[in-house]
Amino acid sequence: MPTATILSKIKERLPAAVLDITEFAGEKILHVKGQHILTVLSALKDDGFNFLADLTAIDNLTLGGFDRFAVSYHLLSHKTAERVTVKAYISEEKPSLPSVESLWKTADWQEREVFDLYGIKFEGHPNLIRIMNPDDYDGYPLRKDYPRLGRKERGDFPVIDRHIQKKKRLE
Amino acid sequence: MLFYREDELSFLDNPLLNKSTAMNHDDIKSNVLTTTLESAINWGRKNSLWPMPFGTACCGIEFMAVLAARTDISRFGAEAIRFSPRQSDLLIVAGRISIKMMPVLIRIYEQMPEPKWVISMGACASTGGVFDTYSVIQGVDQFIPVDVYVPGCPPRPEGVVEGLMKLQDLVGKEKLSDYSLAQTK
Amino acid sequence: MTRVTEQPLETDKMVLNFGPQHPATHGTLRIIMELEGETVTKATPEIGYLHSGFEKLGEDLDFNQYITITDRMNYLSPLCNNVAYALAAEKLIGIEVSKRTEYIRVLMCELSRIADHLLNVGMLAVDLGAMTAFLYGFKLREDIYDLFEIATGTRLTTSYTLVGGLMRDIPEGYDKAVLKVLDEVDEVASDIETLLNKNRIWQDRTKNIGIISKDDAISYGISGPMARAAGIEWDIRVNEPYSRYDEFDFDVAIALNGDVFDRYLVRMEEIRQSIKICQQSLEKMPSGDVIVDPGLGYSLPPKNEVYNSIEGLIYHFEVTMPNRGMTPPVGEAYVPSESPNGELGFYIVSDGNRTPYRVRTRPPSLINYSIFSKLIEGHMLSDAPAILGSINIIAGELDR
Repeated sequence: MPTATILSKIKERLPAAVLDITEFAGEKILHVKGQHILTVLSALKDDGFNFLADLTAIDNLTLGGFDRFAVSYHLLSHKTAERVTVKAYISEEKPSLPSVESLWKTADWQEREVFDLYGIKFEGHPNLIRIMNPDDYDGYPLRKDYPRLGRKERGDFPVIDRHIQKKKRLE
Repeated sequence: MLFYREDELSFLDNPLLNKSTAMNHDDIKSNVLTTTLESAINWGRKNSLWPMPFGTACCGIEFMAVLAARTDISRFGAEAIRFSPRQSDLLIVAGRISIKMMPVLIRIYEQMPEPKWVISMGACASTGGVFDTYSVIQGVDQFIPVDVYVPGCPPRPEGVVEGLMKLQDLVGKEKLSDYSLAQTK
Repeated sequence: MTRVTEQPLETDKMVLNFGPQHPATHGTLRIIMELEGETVTKATPEIGYLHSGFEKLGEDLDFNQYITITDRMNYLSPLCNNVAYALAAEKLIGIEVSKRTEYIRVLMCELSRIADHLLNVGMLAVDLGAMTAFLYGFKLREDIYDLFEIATGTRLTTSYTLVGGLMRDIPEGYDKAVLKVLDEVDEVASDIETLLNKNRIWQDRTKNIGIISKDDAISYGISGPMARAAGIEWDIRVNEPYSRYDEFDFDVAIALNGDVFDRYLVRMEEIRQSIKICQQSLEKMPSGDVIVDPGLGYSLPPKNEVYNSIEGLIYHFEVTMPNRGMTPPVGEAYVPSESPNGELGFYIVSDGNRTPYRVRTRPPSLINYSIFSKLIEGHMLSDAPAILGSINIIAGELDR
């Protein structure tokens, strides 16, 4: 079945979950509500999309869209060599959605990375702790309202004193 | 002064041991070298710097190229790469240092015994490089004393060798009194 | 007389910290292992020691400026990263590049693939004690660096592609230099295989170590030589061809067992197939321009036009000045490509400004590394460097 038919069937079966189906540069994008992502992805997995290639998030603060945060999943079907993107929208007040780690084990580390960099919580994840930043880091760096230069963490280390005095000797 | 028994003196007839040629002044000049203790120690130290590569990123790969066959660092006596800080005296910080890695670098630096030197290789270790972000230390010299900076992204292996030679010049000029504890406050 | 009673031996688990500064961890990895004797019962990898905020940087840099950052991700084969990002940007904007550009991109990708696999096999050999393969591989990598230097100007951080083409064309006589190096690659690959393939120590240390099953490989998202060694027949160059890979004739290496020895064999065979692709690319190289028309407003014009004609200067300023810059359409694009590690894809979201809104790299090193804790269970401590070496973890791509 080509991707367009699969997506329209999912829209018929789960009308409460699907927000929109769009297309850009020849690829199909399915926009869904965050809480229903597990049912949508299980349906897609049963329809042949057996490989989760990528899991990431986008902060729509200045871009606009259905809601503030969008978690995007890129799926690949090994049988038909087709790809589809699924974007799950969640709001700023309650940034959490179900984890898909039960469907694909690769979601484990990628969801931890999204939690570390965006602060989005995944319900049902076995081990949701920070992965890239140090454990005592404060803040979610990739959000649009976090400054690129950070909040002074990178200057916060002890200066080593060698206890010897080396005189400067010029030529 | 040599003392022999009477019956042992036959070995002195050996023509190779012609004891009538004493060493005269010219022979001494061409066979005996006098120097200061300081120069001898510095010469020994600078020609056998044992590096500890703290290679994190792309500069680490260029450092491996310095060790390989074309640019050979063993001609400077520095081929004994020791991955243990207790057994090395030159720390080469090659690559960007993130805020998660900085405590590790400080710990490794403190574990090295004196005398020790630091080469900061590449733009990221010297100043932060291209990465002016929340998680890259903008220059290792803010926290650790650095002796030689080798710029480049990544520096060519010949550049690293030149940095090593400059460090050898610096080591050659050191004084033993630098390391005396009487200097500390 | 005292009585000696025998008590059963009490054993306890030992927690060993492997890294982050360790010669066998390629870069900055840390693994916390629980050992019972010599056998590993649980391993928890910890990453992030090289996290540099690439994705945050991408939101402040131009489309063309970000190509210099992509070099620093997988620094063993930087040209593959440049090509992958340029493909994603071109798909987003909707530019078609010339045939000559695509053939040169294929040539550069395959040379990078040879260099990456040689280093990976060399590091795996060094970790297991065989130093010679590393030195052979590195000597040949220096020759490939010379080729890169002739074409792009630097050895490692090349930044060769642009949105819409390449920075400059390859010079005259380049094909003779490449063909000479390819003959040497063939010899060195045969030398390494003679040293290692039938070596009893190598086979004992790599056979039946770290076996990945097919279902595990799909569930954990493994791609590249690791997946092909487990039996999954998926190569993006063949199944979803990009940059005219369908016009080249080559085979894909698949192995059946999924252990460390099979991954090593798959990589050596991929080196041979890359030699074939490079030779075909040089034979069939078409003539033409390597950059699309700068009048479209997306690509930088060649330097001699910038300095010698007024249109070139204007187009250059239109693309690079901070208050101007290119105007891509609003949308997003994800393009997968086959890097030596696996599926490398760039996901670019644009909101119409001169800088992307979000740039995401799909890192094959991170996704391949997540299976490590499952692979090492039950094996001995000395198998850890073998499995780590066969995954080909590159810290720049892992942490970004």
